[in-house]
Amino acid sequence: MKQFLITTVWLYFGVLLIGPIAYLSAQSFGEGVTAFWQEITKPEAVHGFALTAEITAIVLVVNVVFGTMTALVLTRQRFLGRTLLSGVIDLPFAVSPVIAGFMLILLFGPETMLGTLLGAAGIKVLFALPAMVFATLFVTFPFVVRELTPLLQTIGAESEEAARTLGANEWQVFLRVTLPSLRWGLIYGATLTVARAIGEFGAVLVVSGNILMLTQTATLHIYQSYVDFNYVAANAVAFTLLAVSFGILTVLEIAKSRAAAAQQA
Amino acid sequence: MKIEVRELSKRFGSVPAVSDVSFAVREGELLGLLGPSGSGKTTVLRLIAGLETPTSGEIFIDGRRVNDLPVQQRNIGFVFQHYALFKHLTVFDNVAFGLKIQKWRRSDVEARVTELLRLMGLEGLGRRYPHQLSGGQRQRVAIARALAPRPSVLLLDEPFGAVDAKVRQELREWLIRLHDDLNVTSLFVTHDQEEAMEVSDRIIVFSKGRLEQVGSPAEVYEEPASEFVARFIGSMNILEGEVKNGQVRVGSLEFPAPGFQDGQRLLVGFRPYYVKVSEDPARFRQQARLRHVYFLGVAYRLEIETSDGLILRSRMNKEEFRQCRFEVGQPVSYAVTHFRFLPQEGKPVPTPEPPPISGPLTP
Repeated sequence: MKQFLITTVWLYFGVLLIGPIAYLSAQSFGEGVTAFWQEITKPEAVHGFALTAEITAIVLVVNVVFGTMTALVLTRQRFLGRTLLSGVIDLPFAVSPVIAGFMLILLFGPETMLGTLLGAAGIKVLFALPAMVFATLFVTFPFVVRELTPLLQTIGAESEEAARTLGANEWQVFLRVTLPSLRWGLIYGATLTVARAIGEFGAVLVVSGNILMLTQTATLHIYQSYVDFNYVAANAVAFTLLAVSFGILTVLEIAKSRAAAAQQA
Repeated sequence: MKIEVRELSKRFGSVPAVSDVSFAVREGELLGLLGPSGSGKTTVLRLIAGLETPTSGEIFIDGRRVNDLPVQQRNIGFVFQHYALFKHLTVFDNVAFGLKIQKWRRSDVEARVTELLRLMGLEGLGRRYPHQLSGGQRQRVAIARALAPRPSVLLLDEPFGAVDAKVRQELREWLIRLHDDLNVTSLFVTHDQEEAMEVSDRIIVFSKGRLEQVGSPAEVYEEPASEFVARFIGSMNILEGEVKNGQVRVGSLEFPAPGFQDGQRLLVGFRPYYVKVSEDPARFRQQARLRHVYFLGVAYRLEIETSDGLILRSRMNKEEFRQCRFEVGQPVSYAVTHFRFLPQEGKPVPTPEPPPISGPLTP
């Protein structure tokens, strides 16, 4: 029975994860290392990587800052609508990214007041970087908040109060007491954010217009190459993104074990 | 007066936590705030510290009204029930925290922290992290941290609540010694009446957000101001009876109540050690049956059932007990040698005209 269960789990992982990854890796180098290298250094691919990196960086900073602030406010303050806000935090997980993108199209479209105003001011939101950042923010927003909220609840407010009785102002309390105890949760949430931002496709596809060399991110580039029957390019870029994800996962695991070791030392 | 609170009240929503409390703490005093959980004692401490804002009333520290002063500027040291140490900082950095905030010079910080670690018996532990310490050590780090910036008062919330019984006893004695050495005005909250009695110069007893009594441990114990205090501090036999011809009769027991009006109902209270019990039925006038004997370590507690069906507790030291040769179930005689009248909840202290309201009763 035990053996059966273990075998089932192995099979499950094999079909879902190990098989596809192994096949993709093999296919990426099917035409040789030179072809692989050519594909990922093509201007279109490089531009896709750069755009993905840019969006990810902006989203990371925004999520760390506002995510931390949101988690702090939701756990430490009592105010009208707090339960409502706590309740809708997970909404982006439940809503399809395509719907998220579609909502942005509606909001910033030329038919709305907001769209007209921005258009008059010469600010391009849709089919440009701002909308892509918004879309990615929407889908990654819960990660940091969800990591920090339970952590803040466990830590409690006592050590923050202790810092205040010792003369620390709110900013000092945050920097010297709250933030250090959130460190690992924040790194974890940030890493998940990065992984999700790099991989985002649906929401970005809807709002970007998928314009080559302009609004085509790495994932969109994979999609476009595949649609154009350029399997080598699709494989190569996909493999590169997969390698980055593996890197992130490794960092995550090291960070977790370091945190655990620091706790026990 | 070092600390003074006047007509202090605090409500959480519609729930009153502290109602109209006034008291003063003298310079250098070690004062215990005693009460069952939910009696508002911790809230009073947090109000003084500035961690809560009063609904009404005034707070003075060193003669200065501090209602509008934020916690950072009240110059208080606060010790939390669960230590609230900074887990990511070493013992040294925990103690140095307040000094660094106040921008003390590096060498001064070093000297002050070293001095405190020595005083607290924590030498050599400066580079440890809180999770590497025992409960008692953590509590001492918390006290050292609170004392480091030389606060004008020290506030301790259930300081020994989270350590085991043996360590608690050590910490109590240690706190008394520390207080004798430093003489910093200290207020501590506890729900343990024994702890309050042992440690405090004076005790303030709280119940349901109200102040029941302020006094020295002996006063609070010997002259409880209310039925609540009598029941909460130590153990007391409490009977209720009606005054008739200058006496309160409860069963066959008679308590002289000169000056009280006939028909008035009074609570009569007496400590177990004022109930004398003998195995000789002729020794005392009152008759009872021995129900239980409890061994308390330093003494024995006897539970007797009187011929009228009242259950009374008596306390006897070991020598007396050994001379008596009691057997559970046997008939005994007893007498109540001292008693006092207690005010009923919500009513003023019963004051008869001429004294004495309490005195020895002849068997």
